[in-house]
Amino acid sequence: MVIATPKRIKQIKFGLISPKEFRKMSVTRVITADTYDDDGFPIEMGLMDTKLGVIDPGLRCKTCGGRAGECPGHFGHIELVAPVIHVGFAKLIRKILRATCRKCGALLLEPNQKKKYLEQIKTLRKMGQPIEDIVNEVFKEARKAGTCTYCGEVQQEIKFEKPTTYIENEHKLMPTDIRSRLEKITDEDIEVIGMDPQNARPEWIVLTVLPVPPVTMRPSITLESGQRSEDDLTHKLVDIIRINQRFQENREAGAPQLIIEDLWELLQYHVTTFIDNAVSGVPPARHRSGRPLKTLSQRLKGKEGRFRGSLSGKRVNFSARTVISPDPNLRIFEVGVPLEVAKELTITMNVTPRNLDEVKEYVRRGPDNHPGANYIVRADGRRVKITESNSKELADLVELGWKVDRQIKDGDVVLFNRQPSLHRMSIMAHEIKVLPHKTFRLNPAVCPPYNADFDGDEMNLHVPQTEEARAEAKILMHVQENILSPRFGGPIIGGIHDHISGLFLLTNSKEKINKNDALELLRKSEIRELLEPAGMVDHEPYWTGKQIFSQILPGGLNLQFKAEICEQCEVCKGVDCENDAYVVIRDGILERGTIDEKAIGAFKSVILDKLIKEFNSDIACRFIDDATRLSIRGIMHSGFSFGIDDEYIPPEAQSQIDEVMTQAQDKVEKLISAYLAGELEQLPGRTLTETLEMEIMKELSKARDSTGDIAGRHLGMDNSAVIMARSGARGSMLNLTQMAACVGQQAVRGERIKRGYAGRTLSHFEKGDLGAQAHGFVRASYKSGLSPTEYFFHAIGGREGLVDTAVRTSQSGYLQRRLVNALQDLEVQFDGSVRDTRKMIIQFKYGEDGINPMNSDFSKPEAVRRIIDSVVGVKE
Amino acid sequence: MSVDQKAIDEVVSNLQLPPKVIGNLKRELKDAKITKKQLDEIIKRTTAIYDYSRIEAGEAAGVVSAQSIGEPGTQMTMRTFHYAGVAEINVTLGLPRLIEIVDARKNPSTPMMTIFLEKDYAFDRDRARELAWKIEATYITVLGSMSTDITEMKVIIELNKKAVLQRNMSVKEIADKLADELGIRSEISGDTLTMRPEEPSYRQLLQLVKNVQSVILKGIKGIKRVVIRKEESSEYVLYTEGSALKEVLAIDGVDATRTRTNNINEIFEVMGIEAARSALIHEATETLREQGLTVDVRHIMLVADIMTVDGEVKPIGRHGISGEKASVLARAAFEVTVNHLLDSGISGDVDELRGVTENVIVGQPIKLGTGNVKLIAKKVK
Repeated sequence: MVIATPKRIKQIKFGLISPKEFRKMSVTRVITADTYDDDGFPIEMGLMDTKLGVIDPGLRCKTCGGRAGECPGHFGHIELVAPVIHVGFAKLIRKILRATCRKCGALLLEPNQKKKYLEQIKTLRKMGQPIEDIVNEVFKEARKAGTCTYCGEVQQEIKFEKPTTYIENEHKLMPTDIRSRLEKITDEDIEVIGMDPQNARPEWIVLTVLPVPPVTMRPSITLESGQRSEDDLTHKLVDIIRINQRFQENREAGAPQLIIEDLWELLQYHVTTFIDNAVSGVPPARHRSGRPLKTLSQRLKGKEGRFRGSLSGKRVNFSARTVISPDPNLRIFEVGVPLEVAKELTITMNVTPRNLDEVKEYVRRGPDNHPGANYIVRADGRRVKITESNSKELADLVELGWKVDRQIKDGDVVLFNRQPSLHRMSIMAHEIKVLPHKTFRLNPAVCPPYNADFDGDEMNLHVPQTEEARAEAKILMHVQENILSPRFGGPIIGGIHDHISGLFLLTNSKEKINKNDALELLRKSEIRELLEPAGMVDHEPYWTGKQIFSQILPGGLNLQFKAEICEQCEVCKGVDCENDAYVVIRDGILERGTIDEKAIGAFKSVILDKLIKEFNSDIACRFIDDATRLSIRGIMHSGFSFGIDDEYIPPEAQSQIDEVMTQAQDKVEKLISAYLAGELEQLPGRTLTETLEMEIMKELSKARDSTGDIAGRHLGMDNSAVIMARSGARGSMLNLTQMAACVGQQAVRGERIKRGYAGRTLSHFEKGDLGAQAHGFVRASYKSGLSPTEYFFHAIGGREGLVDTAVRTSQSGYLQRRLVNALQDLEVQFDGSVRDTRKMIIQFKYGEDGINPMNSDFSKPEAVRRIIDSVVGVKE
Repeated sequence: MSVDQKAIDEVVSNLQLPPKVIGNLKRELKDAKITKKQLDEIIKRTTAIYDYSRIEAGEAAGVVSAQSIGEPGTQMTMRTFHYAGVAEINVTLGLPRLIEIVDARKNPSTPMMTIFLEKDYAFDRDRARELAWKIEATYITVLGSMSTDITEMKVIIELNKKAVLQRNMSVKEIADKLADELGIRSEISGDTLTMRPEEPSYRQLLQLVKNVQSVILKGIKGIKRVVIRKEESSEYVLYTEGSALKEVLAIDGVDATRTRTNNINEIFEVMGIEAARSALIHEATETLREQGLTVDVRHIMLVADIMTVDGEVKPIGRHGISGEKASVLARAAFEVTVNHLLDSGISGDVDELRGVTENVIVGQPIKLGTGNVKLIAKKVK
């Protein structure tokens, strides 16, 4: 068997096409502006000539004999009666005309200058650098010459009028004149102006022949009414041919110069808009409906254009998209796939002696019995669909060398993605788990890298089709290999929300858990035996939450750190912390401390960090699996809910809050009266008003904070919201303050709300009122409810946040696109340097030390200390 | 039994490891009583761990860096102004600042300097203040009030004695300075200066007022304000609004080794490309750190390196790096598609299809990472 290695395009050369070549590559000359005859057949030498390719099913291409879909299409051409200028090069023509002699066509530079510039251009080309600057200098220098040093001709000033008019001495230069001037330039001079004489003669930018793009490039569509609707390009070509014909008739009839010139200009207009319909100074050609036509340039440009839309971004088969939902019982690298999806997506299996029986079984099961097979491809390349009825027969027929499209099944590697794909962890390889129902299921611990939640998010799934792709996916893109973020070298996958509060409740309580409950908690973890019980109650053994958690920790893990709930006391009591915030893990046993965000949370998890770096990703992965399962059971064990009652504040606390508020209000009043009396002390570099604003803001935020403190004192660790905030599961104490005590100052652009009516924010206030209430201070709490004015201010502040988010996404998206585009070709070489496509060295050693940021911890002093400790410790 | 310090140092210094790791080793091994065997084991393990943590050849370091800087951008605030330690000075921060940095703007929207002082000045409030007056551009408006006498066709400047003395200036000095700059002598009477325009016309009078207001009497042009702040190390540091690195460095008492500005192009002009590179790294790191985002320096370094690799600070984007790429297709796929295609036709460019986008466009495997490795199966006879 001969394995054909795919051919590789080595390079693409760009250039201009000469009129000669246009004619050579053309299959027919197009002379009639009509497309179809009365019977609906393409007219010969018309724009839809079947020589140009076919789009209608049933017809065959007269050039290559291919049917629609097979024939790639062929170019035709229009012989222009008079030359016209290519708009894209109008500015270049101006530069060339000004830089060359009007009589002999020589570049207006001294021979030695030419030589110097040519050498510079050649070196730059060799180094792969842009030659633009040198070429511009050539044009600038050449323009300075008054007379031609070669023929002595005095040069004239050439005026350029956008888009395509050149005036020399009040006399308009026709494209024919321009073309004949450009023809006179020698090959040597052409090189000096940065052109390539073999592939781009300057006169070729004045068009004498216009290529007609193949029909396949401008297909017409048949509307429901049976009427044909032509492509924008076809419309434009019709215009060009019509004018071209009229021009010819008029010229042959000897029409006056004025009419000829008008027609010439019209032809120029049509050719111009055919190339680019958005040239400034040219009214865009419009469709009958008034919509501007989409011509050649418009097809290439922009996000949906050919380059960014069709060539850089491609559509694929073997993909699925649906809503996601959580399932903590899945392992983190699994993805739950609906049965319907699994039946549709396939993997091609090549039938070999080793898998013949397996393949036969798939085929036998047919398309409806998952995991079955949907198609077989016979050795001759014929595709046969497997159906319920023919599956048995086909299974017997299967031979070596055939291919079978097998349905995906549990354990297959697929790529899972959520947009926006901002970093490489936005696409990771998961293993399939076929499940009932219609959503993709994933372990909530992998939400952070995808930035996913379950409020209706959808995600995509792709099935790699080749063995190489699957291997790469598994080795490089597997979730396990991506627990560490290359951005900062810490874990990006980890517990969120209930994982944190669940384990917090479990490890922070003194509850005695009996055997039954202990086993229930650990049910989904692969634990075979329990630790020694912590003690006995009523002759029954019991365990503590810490012990239960220790079960999922691997042996040999030693750690000490401060938990998230740590209150940052001035003197850390360490092991004797009364909040149980000092975590001690010895040989895989949680001896002291509480498990919270710092221990297992995504981005922050100290345990995970340690597990990956000192054990391996397998163990870390298993730990997350177990932790997510245990935590969900843990939270169910004690129960956890949050309701409006959790925002209740006892009356004595309420009166304290009211007092703080009144005091703050008084202080603000005092500040205002001091300001009005001119007694306010001005801050350096601030105006008096600014000073007042800053003082008021400071005072009010202080007041809000102290109400929060009061509320916090009365809402203890038995409050769900406090547990969530303190453990880092969700929300903050600020959120709780706003719900229970006081919402606080609403701000626009970091200042109090000032806009609104003249001299006041709302008509509810006096003009010139500087008080807190009049400028967006919300004294109420969400629970007590906002007054109408407060509500309005709150909406103003909220709106700013929305606008901010909208603006930020577009700005940061563009920043990201630019960064990726600038850096995408950089690669670490085998010698450790970083180079671009030109092999230019960007860094001699990646990051100055050659260390992967993912493992950057190993370059820190602690890593060395650990090694020393382990070596010295072992010896002694 | 234990190896002496000198021997350890020597062995460690000659290791094939990055200087940082060697430094760490030396520090940790200081006064450690270890045997030769232990030392060998430590070195063995350190080398092993270094090899493990090294970046692999073929890694798409560029894309990873770009993503690592771009992705946190979505989490950054849009709020333009914030207070950088000093409440009095506004500095652009967050996403707008990051964009400003990668754009390599000639002038940042809020130029700012941090001026450190030499020992004699740094701990003396009065001397620090003296320097601050030397640096801050002083205009007539802060020294007194101006009024015009239309009947007499004269400008009257009433100087505030306290303000003048505070800035260590004299009335005579001010008059001389004004005369130097405007060519008009003024009459001094006590604390009052009187000036007359060359021609007694209403227009000239108003013009004179304007001119007088624009004269910098003392200090450096471009520095609008100086704030003195006592740092935790009880050292006085000057923060300025506006930036003029060259002029400030020339002043005696300014510690040129630590003083910095947030204007990267200014650093480039005054101190060269290497300084500009570290300024880029510093500014980007600080911007991200202030937002509470951790990004490994290596990513920022790579961005700074590609911006400065040609010896000038080039922006990321179509006017800089992306616009100067070797590949026509890559440029066309980024921005200004049509122009790149037209220009490449003229100069007869050749696209070698080495980069990522080009190969995606023509539909073949990219030459990066696993796509850059060639393996040919050899037939065993």
